[in-house]
Amino acid sequence: MSGQEPVSSSARAPLLQAIGITKQYGSFLANDGVSIDLYPGEIHALLGENGAGKSTLVKIMYGLIQPSAGELRWLGEKIELSGPSDARARGIAMVFQHFSLFDNLTVAENVALGLDGSESFAAMSARLAQVSRDYGLPLDPKREVWRLSVGERQRIEIVRALMQNPKLLILDEPTAVLTPQEADQLFTVLDRLKGEGRALLYISHKLDEVKRLCDTATILRDGKKVATCNPRSETAASMARMMVGAEIGEVRATTARATTAPRLLIRDLSMAPDDPHGTYLRNISLEVLGGEILGVAGVAGNGQDELFSALSGERLAPHEDNVIIDGHAAGNLSVTQRRKLGAAFVPEERLGHGTAPRMKLSENALLTGHAASHMVKHGFVDRPATLKAVDTTTKTFDVRKAKRDPEAASLSGGNLQKFIVGREILREPGVLVVSQPTWGVDAGAAAVIRQALIDLSGRGTAVLVISQDLDELTEISDRIAVMFHGTLSAPIAAAAATREKLGLLMGGASPETATTEEVFHAVGA
Amino acid sequence: MQLVLEKRAERSTFIALASPLLAVALTLVTMSIFFLILGKNPVTALYVYFIEPLTDSYTLMEIAVKASPLIMIAIGLSLCYLANVWNIGAEGQFLIGAVTGSWLAVVTNGTDAGPWVLPAMLVMGALGGALWAMIPALCKVRFGANEILTSLMLVYVADLILDYLVRGPWRDPKGMNFPTTASFDPVATVPTLMDSGRLHAGVILTVLVVLAAAIMLGRSIKGFEIRVVGAAPRAARFAGFSAEKLVIFTFAVSGALAGLAGIIEVAGPVGVLQPGISPGYGFTAIIVAFLGRLNPLGILVAGLFLALTFIGGEGAQISMKVPLDLTKVFQGILLFYVLACDSLILYRIRLVATKPKAA
Ligand SMILES: Nc1ncnc2c1ncn2[C@@H]1O[C@H](COP(=O)(O)OP(=O)(O)OP(=O)(O)O)[C@@H](O)[C@H]1O
Ligand SMILES: [Mg+2]
Repeated sequence: MSGQEPVSSSARAPLLQAIGITKQYGSFLANDGVSIDLYPGEIHALLGENGAGKSTLVKIMYGLIQPSAGELRWLGEKIELSGPSDARARGIAMVFQHFSLFDNLTVAENVALGLDGSESFAAMSARLAQVSRDYGLPLDPKREVWRLSVGERQRIEIVRALMQNPKLLILDEPTAVLTPQEADQLFTVLDRLKGEGRALLYISHKLDEVKRLCDTATILRDGKKVATCNPRSETAASMARMMVGAEIGEVRATTARATTAPRLLIRDLSMAPDDPHGTYLRNISLEVLGGEILGVAGVAGNGQDELFSALSGERLAPHEDNVIIDGHAAGNLSVTQRRKLGAAFVPEERLGHGTAPRMKLSENALLTGHAASHMVKHGFVDRPATLKAVDTTTKTFDVRKAKRDPEAASLSGGNLQKFIVGREILREPGVLVVSQPTWGVDAGAAAVIRQALIDLSGRGTAVLVISQDLDELTEISDRIAVMFHGTLSAPIAAAAATREKLGLLMGGASPETATTEEVFHAVGA
Repeated sequence: MQLVLEKRAERSTFIALASPLLAVALTLVTMSIFFLILGKNPVTALYVYFIEPLTDSYTLMEIAVKASPLIMIAIGLSLCYLANVWNIGAEGQFLIGAVTGSWLAVVTNGTDAGPWVLPAMLVMGALGGALWAMIPALCKVRFGANEILTSLMLVYVADLILDYLVRGPWRDPKGMNFPTTASFDPVATVPTLMDSGRLHAGVILTVLVVLAAAIMLGRSIKGFEIRVVGAAPRAARFAGFSAEKLVIFTFAVSGALAGLAGIIEVAGPVGVLQPGISPGYGFTAIIVAFLGRLNPLGILVAGLFLALTFIGGEGAQISMKVPLDLTKVFQGILLFYVLACDSLILYRIRLVATKPKAA
């Protein structure tokens, strides 16, 4: 199969058709008469802003939620999916935007839970090893999930889906959490699946990826289908325009900001991880000045999580002056005490860590707001104040949701991300530590968040951004440091931080060697 | 064919309300089968159990008297369970509260001690229950000991302590060798509210506890903390809430409420400290807590319902000659159905055809 040319729709029968799908939540239409045809041997992209209704549509195709109107056809025949096991029985598999894994179970046990059928556990484990080897997605079936990196967890979900030998594989933002290398590996697998004649439906906010990988793209806006196009003949900008219905603003470059004395200091921090597969932090020292954004780059799993929890106070440092917030030795202070000193934190996982999924947004505003704001009076919660915080965040960061105060888990991934970042920025912290600020956020919203971080630092806040996205870091940071095996390089000026240089540092070279190497390259060796 | 549990994408609020009712209905059906097996007419039996007690003002008061400790204990337990802390030993905390509170009644017995005795007894009872509950709480926090086992095993220890005291040092010398203390003095007795019947002032305390719990859970930051720690532990840690401190707090509060219920029971309806002061209140309260959906007002209703089964069971024993233990069977079946129906809120059951193995 050539696979390079999009197959003309009339020549072949679609595998799955969605016709006029509508999904209503109260008075809100998450999907509004969406039709889409998926063909075997084709990678079909589903694009749209945060909250456009992408996850909703694919959950309907997977039988997880029932449409309010419209129908699904499988090989031309009308079907009703009463649940995911129904969908799986037909050959539809799905990799979710948010993982559904049990941390305390092993890889094999997790996979077993997601499969139906009467296969023995041993046979299933063997098949798991087989499939993961076949597709070049190595997994140790006996490892417990909590010991795995995000990329490896993603791999479990993909292998689990492949073990069902699906005719249609749906992937909801699979690369949002992957490093570029891991993403490349995934694309190889997807190309192979396409070559095997399977249909793929692929959701992503990374339009370059879509151009490179997909044969067709359907674009949603506000729940409606606005276009179907061939991504190879579009540009990333033209697709973004169709998604938003307008041009996307550029992030305003920093106008030489005035920096002040350091507001966040890390002094010779060394710490053992709290789980045996974590990373030791080794002699980390860093100064973040008021008025600057300092980026921390690095491949996931090099100690970023450990650094974040040492800064947030979820784990206490060995000595109180390992962490200094605005002149106060904070290494042994609790999360709440650090917030009272004017620090704010945004963790990388939005569901379950940054928010309590089954609680309302107003309660999630209280989650971090109770420490240092007017939301609690004499031990009692001021409900109107928490609601107002939700309203302000919603308005400033354009959080789209079906009602005023929904459960956190009902927000689309990107909108929840906007909420947790906005929640902290609006507290006007003196020090902000944020991990992966724009994961799963559409291009327009990413620009809004980045701009807000720049503006915040412009008002004198020290901002520390931990991110795997090098483009993001070079775009917004003043200086960039790199984490490798639990150590942190000395920061280099963002202007001097070329991809090559950062890449070398991420591979463990010291800044000096990186420079020499670079000179070497420039000389033409 | 095969039964599978499938996670619901959207939580069903309808089922959240209907599930306790469904559990009650299923229990009634199961009970009817039991009655048939025992050769009784199920309709008459259910009438004796559930309707007859409601037709008489004396039994209505008895229901309130029985419901009062159940509700008070269940409120404390609900705080634990909301925070994912599994205190199963409320029965022991109830007994120890009865013991520590009774100590004052025993030492002041026959003296002219003033009206401070009863309030002091209530405080001592609550303190005793709380301290007893600290044992499993500290074992959990310090050593990681499973609180389900430790709290449960301490019930038997508490039972034996009570037994020892009333057979040994505290036995009433004039009591003809019965294992019981002397009858409490009037200043050491919870006053009744009516001239006839056993309705006592403890019932008012219970209502106050329900209201306080409703306000605390719904409006206070502590209530929020309890709910977050239970629902999303990692987010709770990020919020700065310490799960360990909460283990101590919830055990202390539930122990205190169970202890308070214990001392009210002996200083009120029973009037002396003796073995068998509890028909398993501490265990039945677990059912009350879950049947009431861990919600204070729900617990109020559930407590009244279970008290009805106690009273109805007594009635059935007298008029239909069915064993009193049937009430316990009944309560056990109810708990089973409540927990089973609860999983329907997050999951749905489906019958699927076993299909040929996917290639
Ligand atoms: N259970 C629900 N109850 C109410 N509203 C919901 C529910 N689920 C989704 N929504 C709303 O439907 C809209 C579409 O959500 P959906 O998750 O499909 O967006 P998405 O396109 O996947 O966005 P993202 O890129 O951010 O993941 C959102 O505004 C969301 O708030
Ligand atoms: Mg989504």
